[in-house]
Amino acid sequence: MNIFLAIITRDLLLAVRQGGATFLALVFFLLTVTLFPLGIGPEPAILARVAPGVLWVAALLAAMLSLDRLFQADFEDGSLEQLTLSGLPISLIVLAKIITHWLTTGLPLLLAAPVLAILLNMDNEGFAALLLTMLIGTPALSLIGAIGAALTLTVRRGGVLLSLLVLPLYIPVLIFGVSGIDAAVHGLNAKPHLLLLAALTVAAIPLCPWAAAAAVKLSLE
Amino acid sequence: MSIHYFANPARFTRLAGRIQPWAGGLTAVLLLIGLYMALVEAPADYQQGDTVRIMFVHVPAAWMAMFCYTFLAVASAVALIWRHPLADLAAKASAPIGASFTFLALVTGSIWGKPMWGTWWVWDARLTSVLILFFLYLGYMALWEAIEDGQKAGKAAAVLALVGAVNVPIIKFSVDWWNTLHQPASVLRMDGPAIHSSMLWPLLIMALAFKAYFVTLLLARMRMELNLRRIRAMRLAERTS
Repeated sequence: MNIFLAIITRDLLLAVRQGGATFLALVFFLLTVTLFPLGIGPEPAILARVAPGVLWVAALLAAMLSLDRLFQADFEDGSLEQLTLSGLPISLIVLAKIITHWLTTGLPLLLAAPVLAILLNMDNEGFAALLLTMLIGTPALSLIGAIGAALTLTVRRGGVLLSLLVLPLYIPVLIFGVSGIDAAVHGLNAKPHLLLLAALTVAAIPLCPWAAAAAVKLSLE
Repeated sequence: MSIHYFANPARFTRLAGRIQPWAGGLTAVLLLIGLYMALVEAPADYQQGDTVRIMFVHVPAAWMAMFCYTFLAVASAVALIWRHPLADLAAKASAPIGASFTFLALVTGSIWGKPMWGTWWVWDARLTSVLILFFLYLGYMALWEAIEDGQKAGKAAAVLALVGAVNVPIIKFSVDWWNTLHQPASVLRMDGPAIHSSMLWPLLIMALAFKAYFVTLLLARMRMELNLRRIRAMRLAERTS
């Protein structure tokens, strides 16, 4: 447990001291959302209609773009290999890295989302659902993304490949996330959507680190 | 690489060489009969007219799209669990075939949709999930290509195939859910009357023809891969000796 916490602390410290990465993900999120009114047009009614989808798609892309930070640097300087010697199962090392990834990407996105929702003129009823779906759903993005990040570790310039591997797997999260907000906006019960989203995340917690660990092991062979 | 590694594949190559012409011949015969029945004998639909004949290619292709992914996932599981040297080859060989069938299903569906629905594409649940399946195939094939070490590529692709296999039902369910929320139950449903035997038989024969074609191609691709590996091994041996 100590090693587990130590890995999280170390990665968090690295993220804070190196800075930039979290900030960049946020800027990317903001910029992508800004592109939509420019593309679709500034009519408030249309923007309000597409706001949940735009926010979720942009958050999903921002989370995906930051996936290479999960293992890449540690893999290149050899510290990932060192970590596997610590005696901690690789799946737990992977889980620690996923938690850090969520804390430095998912959480900031979640906090920025309501501000952007205001810019997109989203209905007030949707704000609680927006926060809840992001809170429940973004961990699944980090968890599923870890598999893709681990599989493309040894691939040079794996960014495009990573998106091809990960985006189809993100679709259920996107669908339940957006439909939860839509339901709340239309005055319907958002609970079934939230429960399904939670089921995805809960199922991903044991399965994804396991699969990602298998992929990490491959690249360390 | 020990001798055991090649022992099994050698036997396989001989067996595959014997089966392949039979599978190919069966494909040709079934395809001829099936196409004749589908294009000439089967009656035109009272509503859809001759357009219905697209179904005799479209439906078997869609079945094969799902069958190939199941095959791919099972072969990947065998490769990961028992380290069977042929299983990851079978998985690798089946992926482009499955992707082609998926593409064929999408294209024929689109051609059928234009006169029937008046549009090339609708975001129907079934169409959308088949499109996503197509992307899963592409990702799998891209991963094989991207990792240079064949052994590692095989294992990584197998992990991806299994993750995908777990996800396929979830994606299917979520897309169905999404579709019922965003679109009212539409006229696009295929809940017509039960299919008449004059159409069922050509359909089944075409499905069998597609399956025989899959076996033929799979064996050919696996033998090709084995020969490529042998060439590589021989070249390596030449250089090191």
